[in-house]
Amino acid sequence: MIDITRVLKDPIREARILRVRAIVAFVGIVCLLLAVMVRLFYLQVMKHEHFQTLSQDNRVKIVPVPPTRGLIYDRNGVPLAENQISFSLEVIPEQVGNLTKTLDDLSKVVDLTAIDRQRFLRLVRQHRSFDPVPLRFHLSEEEVARFAVNRPRFPAVDIQARLSRSYPLGPLAAHAIGYVGRINEWELQNLDSASYAGSSHVGKTGVEHYYEELLHGKVGYEQVETNAQGRALRVLERTPPVAGDDLYLTLDVRLQAAAESALGEFNGSVVVLEPRTGAVLALVSKPGYDPNPFVNGIAPKSYQQLQQDQNRPLFNRALRGQYPPGSTVKPVVALAGLQYGLISPSKVVYCPGWYRLGGEEHKYRCWKHGGHGTVDVHRAIVESCDVFFYDLAANIGIDRLADYLTRFGFGKKTGIDISGELGGLVPTREWKRDNRNQTWYPGETIITGIGQGFMSATPLQLAYAAATIANRGQPVRPRILHAIAQPATKVLQIQDPQREDPVALDKPEYWDVVTEAMTDVVHSTTGTAKHIAPGLTYHIAGKTGTAQVFGLGQEEKYVSENIPLALRDHALFMAFAPAEAPTMALAVIAEHAGHGGSMAAPVARQVFDTYLKGSTVLPNPSTQP
Amino acid sequence: MARQFSNNTPWFHWQGERGENHHFLARLLHLDGQLLLGLCLLAGVGLVVLYSAGGQDMDLVLRQLVHLILGFSAMGLFAQIPPQRFERITPWVYVLGVLLLCVVLFKGDIGKGARRWLDLGVVRFQPSEIMKVAMPMTIAWLLASNPLPPRPWRLLLAAVMILLPVALIAKQPDLGTALLVSSSGIFALFLGGISWWLIGTLTTILMVFAPVAWHFLHDYQRARVMMFLNPESDPLGAGYHIIQSKIAIGSGGVYGKGLFNGTQAHLDFIPERSTDFIFAVFAEEFGLIGECFLMTLYLSIIARGLYLAAQAQGTFARLLAGSITLTFFVYVFVNLGMVSGLLPVVGVPLPLISYGGTSLVTLMAAFGILMSISTHRTQNGSG
Repeated sequence: MIDITRVLKDPIREARILRVRAIVAFVGIVCLLLAVMVRLFYLQVMKHEHFQTLSQDNRVKIVPVPPTRGLIYDRNGVPLAENQISFSLEVIPEQVGNLTKTLDDLSKVVDLTAIDRQRFLRLVRQHRSFDPVPLRFHLSEEEVARFAVNRPRFPAVDIQARLSRSYPLGPLAAHAIGYVGRINEWELQNLDSASYAGSSHVGKTGVEHYYEELLHGKVGYEQVETNAQGRALRVLERTPPVAGDDLYLTLDVRLQAAAESALGEFNGSVVVLEPRTGAVLALVSKPGYDPNPFVNGIAPKSYQQLQQDQNRPLFNRALRGQYPPGSTVKPVVALAGLQYGLISPSKVVYCPGWYRLGGEEHKYRCWKHGGHGTVDVHRAIVESCDVFFYDLAANIGIDRLADYLTRFGFGKKTGIDISGELGGLVPTREWKRDNRNQTWYPGETIITGIGQGFMSATPLQLAYAAATIANRGQPVRPRILHAIAQPATKVLQIQDPQREDPVALDKPEYWDVVTEAMTDVVHSTTGTAKHIAPGLTYHIAGKTGTAQVFGLGQEEKYVSENIPLALRDHALFMAFAPAEAPTMALAVIAEHAGHGGSMAAPVARQVFDTYLKGSTVLPNPSTQP
Repeated sequence: MARQFSNNTPWFHWQGERGENHHFLARLLHLDGQLLLGLCLLAGVGLVVLYSAGGQDMDLVLRQLVHLILGFSAMGLFAQIPPQRFERITPWVYVLGVLLLCVVLFKGDIGKGARRWLDLGVVRFQPSEIMKVAMPMTIAWLLASNPLPPRPWRLLLAAVMILLPVALIAKQPDLGTALLVSSSGIFALFLGGISWWLIGTLTTILMVFAPVAWHFLHDYQRARVMMFLNPESDPLGAGYHIIQSKIAIGSGGVYGKGLFNGTQAHLDFIPERSTDFIFAVFAEEFGLIGECFLMTLYLSIIARGLYLAAQAQGTFARLLAGSITLTFFVYVFVNLGMVSGLLPVVGVPLPLISYGGTSLVTLMAAFGILMSISTHRTQNGSG
């Protein structure tokens, strides 16, 4: 068989077959290689830019560089919020041979607790091996020095300096300044992710929150060449961050400290304004708290303690505490009566110690059991006669009364530049119908006339009302920001006062009627705050108030010793000084302290004395470079 | 000695007249000068690219140099063996190859998820590599024993002889090698002159049965095909290779980023950048210009190989030489197609450029056979 087929073989024909097939194959090969070249041409020439961009995106990562947060000063340049350098120890795991041994060696140089070690080992697992992992935070200077000496022994360990927010004055003015804290999940979703790309902290409360945008600054960027694992190899380009603006507050820490100590043991609030500008000179809410632990995450236990504290230290009483203003509203009610022509400076009302609405059995009692006898508006303010104002309020009517109270800032937010303010309440018929689903009773108008009932106001609102009276009807929006300083130029940009709609009176001398009466509250022998008068070198115009925490029965007598502390009356005082040319207006609320004249007025006197006898100067822009 | 020839013939002009070989490389060492030049140039380019792709790691280059020395030695060794001897031992090589493939299927060592290696105590090797050489030999031997073009029943026998080892290799699984082995057999058949209508019919049947074959693929093989069809569907997983490789090639542009300047390569974005995907590094750094040069180099080697095949003595030698050359092209095409995103990712190295020893030695041995065919000539040779 084989031999036969061999005979049949035709070598020339077979060679030709192969030659033809080889040529065909070569043509096919050329075609296919051309196809590959066309493909490469498509990728490299036609789509070159597209892939170049992708390659660049691959290679270059944008790394945000967080800006330095602006500092906060008081009006005299005393730092209230600073950025403190805090040293932390960081380890690059991949450069460490034996992690356990390195940690053991390190613990001889710096203090390492078991918790530090555990957290570190947990972080090591979560990070890429070439990322530095923090081992210890807040090294002491001694530890930094000790490590520096031993540095050569630890090539993979380094000290990292970070800026950490700190509040050098601790609890002082904490409610005004507020604090920053780590960005939480909700904030992460609501903040502009681009400008917060490198930031870990954000203002949470107070000025830190309100002026977050100014304080934060502008994020910078580094273009970093990275490899496929994300390891940064070198910096290609750098856009430096712009530090946040420094803020100068209108606060005077000396006054703030004086006001806090003047409150003594009482919880409460003191708000001091400069009537002409609305500047907040002091904003006290007692008790305070130390904001520093909040910056890097307060321990849950400490936080729980603060929250469960019956004195509510975290509660900002100055802005959010809504108290019945009591008799402190009487000057405003008096002005309303004068303006509407319902009373004249000489009109008198007889006070038998109680007031009864026509056709009603209920007796509205005056605080003075035996009554004041015949009183005019001056005496009614000086001696705080309730009956005079019951009668006046009944004549004004709730609609006009509410309107007038609102013009002095009650019942609405003042618009202060600190976050978290509440608006208090001025009750109206509409409010009662909408919120209580009840009609308005005339008796409720009566007690609104002496600042009781539904009405409530914050200490800030009381100070605002005092400032408005001091300004003879010109309200100025309260503000705590005095000036903005760009850190690069240090030029102060002073903020202008924002005037609100003035309260116009037909006869400007009505202001004098009320101011003189308020002056006599302190300076006359019958004034409710006459105890603070001795030794005064200037005149204080004020009005005391006592806010009932709970109501007494018809024939009961208020004896503070018989009542538990939590139910005792709040002592209030609103005032401005000097009475003739006011430079300060304030409100004092001492919780459960009893009578306003005896408990709150002395606090005010101390605050006035501190300020008017001291020398407090606003920083002058022209003296700055 | 050489100068004597150079007076009337250029040194590279290996063959003055048919059946004669003037050059001492051919006469004494049984090497083909032009082919050797092409291979050496390619190996040189390969070392440079590897030096760049490996992050300028001299050790890697030295190791590849050892592979190259081994490869060229194998080539030199195989070139000394006359083709008649290859023809004689062909059936035994084939049987041995299939047996070893069977052994490896049950007893082989597993590497990278596939059972490919056979440990003989002294050396570890892949029996499929034997098949890369044995397959073209076998089909050439089968067809040469009868007049061309082959009869249908002989074609059927050839098909069975191709499919058996290919199935064994595909089962390992090693799709790349299965592809190379089967194509080397098919090329021998093609060169042997199977009729065009049969080629057409088989192609049609293959296309029809492709969906059926889909069911027999491994999951990872299916994933590769799916990923090839739409690489962006899984940019961080399966499609990552192709996307990054396309970015590398595309960003290279016409002139390339320059040697050692390929960011895709040096920043680790290209996976397998020293081995299967080394062309992406080359394309990124040398651009379209460099690719034209490389393509010319490959094409000249293929052209030379086909020329030698056409000039070879005897059917067995012709078919074997042609099949080896065409299989070499398959390496190049499948690799380039894979790296540039034209073809699915199949593990085929770029010959003489990719880092690696095993497949290099096999390839060079095949070139050795090619050289042997071109240089061992008998005056009355019938093959």
